[in-house]
Amino acid sequence: MIAELGHFSLILAFGIALVQMIVPMIGAHKGWRNWMAVGDPAAVSQLLLVGVAFAALTYSFVVSDFSLRLVVLNSHSAKPMLYKISGVWGNHEGSMLLWLLILTLFGACAVFFGGNLPATLKARVLAVQSTVSVAFYLFILLTSNPFIRLEVPPFDGQDLNPLLQDPGLAFHPPFLYLGYVGLSMAFSFAVAALIEGRVDAAWARWVRPWTLAAWVFLTIGIALGSWWAYYELGWGGFWFWDPVENASFMPWLLAAALLHSAIVVEKREALKSWTILLAILAFGFSLLGTFIVRSGVITSVHAFANDPERGVFILAILFVFVGGALTLYALRAGAMEAKGVFSLVSRESALVVNNILLAVSAFVVFIGTIWPLVAEMTMGRALSVGAPFFNAAFTPFMVVLALVLPLGAVLAWKRGSMGRALREMTPIAILSVALGALGFALQTGKSALGPVGVMLGLWVVLGALYDLWARSGRQGIAARLARMTRMPRADWGKATAHIGLGVTIFAIAGLTAWEQEDIRTAQVGVPFTVGAYDITLDGVERVQGPNYISTMATMTVRSEGDVVAVLTPEKRVYPVASMPTTEASIRNGFLSDIYLVIGDPQSDGGYAVRTYIKPFANWIWGGCILMALGGFISLTDRRLRVAAGAAKSKARAVPAE
Amino acid sequence: MKRFLILLAFVATPLYAVQPDEILSDPALEARAREISQGLRCPVCQNENIDDSNAPISRELRILLRERLVEGDSDQEVVDFIVARYGEYVLLEPVKSGANLILWWAAPLMLVLAGGIGFVTVRNRATAKPEDDLSEDEQKRLREILDA
Repeated sequence: MIAELGHFSLILAFGIALVQMIVPMIGAHKGWRNWMAVGDPAAVSQLLLVGVAFAALTYSFVVSDFSLRLVVLNSHSAKPMLYKISGVWGNHEGSMLLWLLILTLFGACAVFFGGNLPATLKARVLAVQSTVSVAFYLFILLTSNPFIRLEVPPFDGQDLNPLLQDPGLAFHPPFLYLGYVGLSMAFSFAVAALIEGRVDAAWARWVRPWTLAAWVFLTIGIALGSWWAYYELGWGGFWFWDPVENASFMPWLLAAALLHSAIVVEKREALKSWTILLAILAFGFSLLGTFIVRSGVITSVHAFANDPERGVFILAILFVFVGGALTLYALRAGAMEAKGVFSLVSRESALVVNNILLAVSAFVVFIGTIWPLVAEMTMGRALSVGAPFFNAAFTPFMVVLALVLPLGAVLAWKRGSMGRALREMTPIAILSVALGALGFALQTGKSALGPVGVMLGLWVVLGALYDLWARSGRQGIAARLARMTRMPRADWGKATAHIGLGVTIFAIAGLTAWEQEDIRTAQVGVPFTVGAYDITLDGVERVQGPNYISTMATMTVRSEGDVVAVLTPEKRVYPVASMPTTEASIRNGFLSDIYLVIGDPQSDGGYAVRTYIKPFANWIWGGCILMALGGFISLTDRRLRVAAGAAKSKARAVPAE
Repeated sequence: MKRFLILLAFVATPLYAVQPDEILSDPALEARAREISQGLRCPVCQNENIDDSNAPISRELRILLRERLVEGDSDQEVVDFIVARYGEYVLLEPVKSGANLILWWAAPLMLVLAGGIGFVTVRNRATAKPEDDLSEDEQKRLREILDA
């Protein structure tokens, strides 16, 4: 009964979406206020109805209603409650329903926060947003219905993929989807602006917070996924250039580019048509990502949904929306004239360089991801494009980006002086190079990777700090600090996010260059040495978990005789899903992690043991957190709210005259 | 519990990644072996190299390539040996010849193209005449206010 309620409210929401797609659009075209006004209640009721559908599905999972096909396939009565709930979106149908829920959430948010938008623009945005929803209602109701019942319900479920039964992965998809789908707002604004035929500073100011929010969520989602891979997959890798990872990385890169180009539109009314194109492409890549994950067309570690019919449907959605938007773009982009003037050396030009680097690096990821597919379809060649290609082709862009970023960030708007920027930044450059050289002198392998990473990371971090300091005036330290606290939040957000990027660059290079690995057969009670640590395998025992059986080792890590940590790496078997997993045990340290993995018993009575010392591992995600935090701080900037108020009062003044 | 244990008997325990018994005693050879195995894709897995993979075939390949190294093959000969048997699918770094050149050259060409367009755009902005910020109506209104 509850499930049917969910099913019906989903169908009802589809009907409302059809109305919202058509009526406000016509209203905006004809200038009929009452038709335009339909968008608001429609968007809110869509959110409520899809919310009911999602709640109904969640309820079925929580009470383990095994008359629902989806619950049988993805749940089990013995599963912990957290994973019963995360099981709702740990499968194809449920995750698409989550997609839709977030899509309608953003639509409703446009109503809640869009009070200051011109009525026609808001009506068009809501109509375009609803067009996207309509496509996904159809997709869910026709090919991926989560509410299908079974005629003969089984006694118990088949359990969720054990790899997905993990706190990191429980929250990875919701954040990722908030990011993917958040870009739909940028898309709707872009298409609405194309229909409207007007892009100005105000438009950029409205579209920026949505893009920023989407980018923050994407950053968190990607970081959670990478953190999960680090501790769950058993060898401590954090990024694999897997098609599914790339699918989330491409929209992230384009959203980052869009954030920066929207600033130029806002400040100088230039780069308008490029910004519109980016907004369309960023959401296009979100759809492409959904297609890659959902169709399983490019098979990968994560592909837990392989169904060609669904793939074709999403591909059709992708073509209709991206193709349609690009056609509209081709027809209308010519009307977007640039207004502002800025010189070759200026912050605006630096942001153009930022956009070129980010967009081309997204293109590298794109071509590497689809090349195996292209080669197979056009030449019949089965080939792979893996980490070595991406490391070689992608990394240079990030190196150049890191080199240019601190300089560009201190250039003046409109007309800057490169000589002055270089002079100001020289001490920081020298310091970064010196510390990089120190890293080179201290390390044993004498490879360039670590020191270069240290240098670039420091350059970016110190550059951001210097930028804050330089803009705090010329008085004493107290006055400068006081002035810093009064700086706009957007400036703090910029500095925090850039520092985060520097930290992540530093950490990735440091971890890759200075990681230590040890693989051996360990005998119980016989210590062995890895790096600065002595490690002893104390014993191995069988442990019964709620829905798995574990082989758990107890290992003591000592440094110069003192116990540093007692770790318990496990190997688990989930009998219902008949799947083994490795659970590494990690001692998280500020400077480095100790990462232990237990393997199979060996013929001589010992156990295979892998030990890693991973320097700066946590800094990778620390940097990501800083980036997301920076975006969040920027979101709270007064400017976004003050502008909102100003626009509102102006809009009211018009009819009064 | 008993049911679990019976089920367990049917679940194959995984062999996983590089095993202690595979490691060569010569550290230089072993380092070369690791380097090679990180560039080869496990033929039956989803996007894993044979160094990280748990599949039995990856273990066989790791042992095979070490045997070739011990016999004195160069790195390239070992890779060619395995590619000859399993196809270019196992190469994680696509060969830089034939149609693959499109893949390898796409990024640099795109960069040049984007850089060119970017430069022209920026130069146009630098040489453009600043537009009057106010429209005629607005200037008229401004004069009215100033004259009043």
